[in-house]
Amino acid sequence: MSEISQHSTPRRAAKSGGMPSLRALLTLLAVLLLAAVPFIAPSMQLLINLALAKGIAVLGVTVLLRAGQVSFGHALFFGISAYAGAFLMASLPGADLILVLVAGVLGAALSGLLVGLFVVRYRGIFFGMLNLAFSMIFWSILEKFYHVTGGADGIRLPRPTVLGMVLERSGFEAVIFYLSIALMVLLGWLTLRWFVSPVGQIFQSLKTNETRLEYLGLSPKRVLLSGYLLSAVLCGVGGSLMAMTQGVVTPEYVWWVRSAEMVFIAVLGGAGSVRGAFIGALIYEIVRVYASAFAGDIWQMLLGGFLLVIILFAPKGIMGIADGLIHRGGKRRATTAEEAR
Amino acid sequence: MTATNKAGTAKPPLLETRELMIKFGGVTAANNVSMQIEAGRNLAIIGPNGAGKTTFLNICTGWIKPRSGKVFLEGEDITPLPPRKIVRRGVARAFQIPQLFTEHTALENLLISAAAREGLRNPLQNLHNIRQRDEMMHLLDLVHCTDVADRVVVELSEGQRKLIDIAVALALKPRLLLMDEPTSGVASSQKHEVMEILVGALAEAGVTSVFVEHDMGIVARHADEVAVWNAGNVQLRGTPQEILEHPDVIRDVIGEEVA
Ligand SMILES: Nc1ncnc2c1ncn2[C@@H]1O[C@H](COP(=O)(O)OP(=O)(O)O)[C@@H](O)[C@H]1O
Ligand SMILES: [Mg+2]
Repeated sequence: MSEISQHSTPRRAAKSGGMPSLRALLTLLAVLLLAAVPFIAPSMQLLINLALAKGIAVLGVTVLLRAGQVSFGHALFFGISAYAGAFLMASLPGADLILVLVAGVLGAALSGLLVGLFVVRYRGIFFGMLNLAFSMIFWSILEKFYHVTGGADGIRLPRPTVLGMVLERSGFEAVIFYLSIALMVLLGWLTLRWFVSPVGQIFQSLKTNETRLEYLGLSPKRVLLSGYLLSAVLCGVGGSLMAMTQGVVTPEYVWWVRSAEMVFIAVLGGAGSVRGAFIGALIYEIVRVYASAFAGDIWQMLLGGFLLVIILFAPKGIMGIADGLIHRGGKRRATTAEEAR
Repeated sequence: MTATNKAGTAKPPLLETRELMIKFGGVTAANNVSMQIEAGRNLAIIGPNGAGKTTFLNICTGWIKPRSGKVFLEGEDITPLPPRKIVRRGVARAFQIPQLFTEHTALENLLISAAAREGLRNPLQNLHNIRQRDEMMHLLDLVHCTDVADRVVVELSEGQRKLIDIAVALALKPRLLLMDEPTSGVASSQKHEVMEILVGALAEAGVTSVFVEHDMGIVARHADEVAVWNAGNVQLRGTPQEILEHPDVIRDVIGEEVA
């Protein structure tokens, strides 16, 4: 676990070395390219949408990685948010998309607070496993209370209205797609801002010195809780988008494999990297779908091998490789101080 | 002895401990320690390694709870409080082994401290843009570390880390500053100058200080008062002159420093 945190990317407030403007330009291009998908590659729209929803959830895991903590149970908040939306639609047919999203995020935030208050006392393997335990408990509740939750079949989440309008399937899909892109940009930006803020910086210093934190008059638990809440909310947004995209929620949403997948994607993209969470999710989904179409279960082997290569040779993930290329292209080399981070 | 003064007129001491006891295994690290620390002075604590000096600071700041005995801050019983609550009451600490955020730069460590002091209000403001930046640059200057402001802490020398550690504590604007061997690791050519500036800054800001020190030259020049620790308790207390000329001290403490 400490391995992963050591591998995570620079997390300091200073502007990173290299060329931030080039970085911003590439980010803008990538977002525009994504926005063009319904026109240039309509067959990929659904796939990309699922990847974006997952990416926002992975961002939640990424936040925790910045503090050197790995959660193996964050699908819990992904699932709670999805189910909150489904229950809302069941009790309030024709509810608005915004309402579904808000209900999901509230559910995730509330459960994040409850679980968070408990798990922030722990670090490392215990933190990771306790999160897993909570998600397993919720999973079995979903499976066992069949009459409420629909058991393994889950429950349908009918198409919500959009600002009062009843949309056809394709129209609704377009709305969800662009909403996902907008939320990716907004939440990615907010998370980046939070990372460089005093509280975000203190959150990231948790792994280097909790003694000093206490002697600054701060509670390490409270600081961890603030990041934990952020991560739960991000997973909630991802889960809500996923549920509305798929139109059905099942216990699989909180299944531990889903949690592990989030950690996998976060490390793949660049442990601790905001952009990496989305790049990782896109690559993951694309490889999964296309490789399995061509050759059965080979995709797991492919991704496993890929992750192995990343951890061994590029511990900062795909974003680390990308940054390296940007630096090489740029005129200015990072100072030793920046490299040491 | 009571927290309210015998006459009932004067204020209670800034910090007072009563009969602190703690044992670690067979070692009695605090053996009935009763101390009063008056506001506005610089108290040096001297004594051999293992005498319980650091333990005393640990108990005063709530890091270690005594088996028995109490700690009062201006008459308030702070014994059960966690360090962070004692810190928020105005007691800051610099450590024997610097406690810094090692992945952050020297300046960022100070900025974090200032932000903590102000309460973390704005979660979307860049740490580097907080209002206290100039004030923190000034503090860095005070401890002669301006040139390493943007260096990551792991790259700094031990002496620089000690000084940053003190600056981080000062950034909290404490009423009482506890320093554990502040000049150990600082180049001997710099020691006096740094202490001079530090003590000057403390006096200017009205900060009371307690510092554990092994260098008797520093003690003689910068302390208003000296307490000699031995085997978990205060053996002697007096002015630097009285203490440094005391035969027991010359034999037990200074003798050891020379040896
Ligand atoms: N947390 C602790 N656990 C066990 N023993 C300790 C602890 N803190 C201090 N001690 C022991 O208490 C004694 C006093 O230590 P300390 O206060 O660090 O002395 P000093 O700072 O005067 O050198 C030493 O024998 C030390 O080993
Ligand atoms: Mg000591």
